[in-house]
Amino acid sequence: MTIFGVPLQALMSQLLLGLVNGSFYAMLSLGLAVIFGLLGVINFSHGALYMAGAFLAYIGVTSFGLNYWMMLVLAPLAVGVFGILIERTMLRRLYKLDHLYGLLLTFGITLLLEGVFRSFYGVSGQTLDVPEKLSGASDLGFMILPNYRAWVVAASVTVCLGTWLVIEKTRLGAMLRAGTENAKLVEAFGVNVPLMVTLTYGFGVALAGLAGVLAAPVINVTPLMGSNLIIVVFAVVVIGGMGSILGAIVTGLGLGVIEGLTRVYYPEGSEVVVFVVMVIVLLLRPAGLFGKEK
Amino acid sequence: MTAALDITNLQAWYGESHVLHGVSLAVQPGEVVALLGRNGAGRTTLLRAIMGLTGRRSGSIKIDGRESIGLPTHKIAHLGIGYCPEERGIFSSLSTEENLMLPPTLAAGQGMSLDEIYTMFPNLLERRNSQGTRLSGGEQQMLAVARILRTGARLLLLDEISEGLAPVIVQALARMITTLKGKGYTIVMVEQNFRFAAPLADRFYVVEHGQIVETILSRDLNARMPVLNELLGV
Repeated sequence: MTIFGVPLQALMSQLLLGLVNGSFYAMLSLGLAVIFGLLGVINFSHGALYMAGAFLAYIGVTSFGLNYWMMLVLAPLAVGVFGILIERTMLRRLYKLDHLYGLLLTFGITLLLEGVFRSFYGVSGQTLDVPEKLSGASDLGFMILPNYRAWVVAASVTVCLGTWLVIEKTRLGAMLRAGTENAKLVEAFGVNVPLMVTLTYGFGVALAGLAGVLAAPVINVTPLMGSNLIIVVFAVVVIGGMGSILGAIVTGLGLGVIEGLTRVYYPEGSEVVVFVVMVIVLLLRPAGLFGKEK
Repeated sequence: MTAALDITNLQAWYGESHVLHGVSLAVQPGEVVALLGRNGAGRTTLLRAIMGLTGRRSGSIKIDGRESIGLPTHKIAHLGIGYCPEERGIFSSLSTEENLMLPPTLAAGQGMSLDEIYTMFPNLLERRNSQGTRLSGGEQQMLAVARILRTGARLLLLDEISEGLAPVIVQALARMITTLKGKGYTIVMVEQNFRFAAPLADRFYVVEHGQIVETILSRDLNARMPVLNELLGV
């Protein structure tokens, strides 16, 4: 069976690859959206923290004899704590200034992190084995589904939807949404907003760390892996609408799929299709697909 | 008796500009006090300074005898203050009920229960699932006051609650203030609408250029009207 001249098997496996990439886009842009919403900081270091998550998983497994499942918890925790330290000691001083200063600071942190990992591990890249329980593949009849890739998509969709539910449906989420609109007033009601800001930043970057751990067994772990991804992720955030939570998730997954389809039907265009979509969306809806016009 | 709010020589700045120049006033528990003055005189700034929402402050602000000048905003609120900001501050990304439930409880068991609030403001019950900013202006104002009654705050700072509302709503708000006064709340309100404040307040302060220039007791109001008219330019 073929669809527009492409065998179903090949189409499905490219779609799955697209969904896997889309999962990483969604988790990263979700963190960026949450951070931008509450802090007004464009967190350029997000890609580097994703890389750090992947490297921590690699180091934990290869040097400390820990397993993948432990690192799935420990690496995001470590990245989150690192983020909290950055927020408390540095970012906090910049809130009253233009967004550009936060971008510059986090860009500097990116260069530092990449430099440190490069000096220890070089740029050629490391590989992490797929955990035993998730190795192998399932034959679904119309396609062969590698178990680990299915796990990546399921895990990240679960995390993204969980985050969205907390933000939209709980009291904590209501405080976050209100803080995004008018942080000073929320603080005047007696909410410890500075603490909420710190924890939000920690959570946002922990999501990046988690995406890094999920990615480690399917990609080449290199110090520059974040830089390669972050530009696309920023495009996802712009397309979804700055600060929109649902926009980040839906756009992330959607663009992964569009990229996958492009790779099947017009491989030359797969590297630029996200940016073409971005240009079209910005022309038609300058605030992004899910953004509110100001 | 300890004053509910005791301000001594309060100075405040927004960045470089010096906006309050030595304000002193004391409000006793259960009193209703109105801050009058022209636009830009510093009345809203005074409420914001009490909450720590201006820049640098000096002097003393005691809430029930506890000094608050060095505290961050969220700790000031926990001294038992309910703040209703200018233009109401209803959050558009929250439903009416989420807006109502947003402020944390400041004193357990002291505030009104949700039932009491919905009895007092039946419109809010009817529209509890609507987006907060979809309510009418009057309903939004009710919501802005209702949400600070839930917290157990005993000192209410109300900024221009009658502004831009229809006369029938303004009358309802006046009845609400009277009810709250009857329940023993201490209220400091900034008002442009003198006729709204006149029958409600026990005392009037006239603010000009970031200072208090006149204090008038409600029983002296008629005698002092000429002075007040001149100061307010009504």
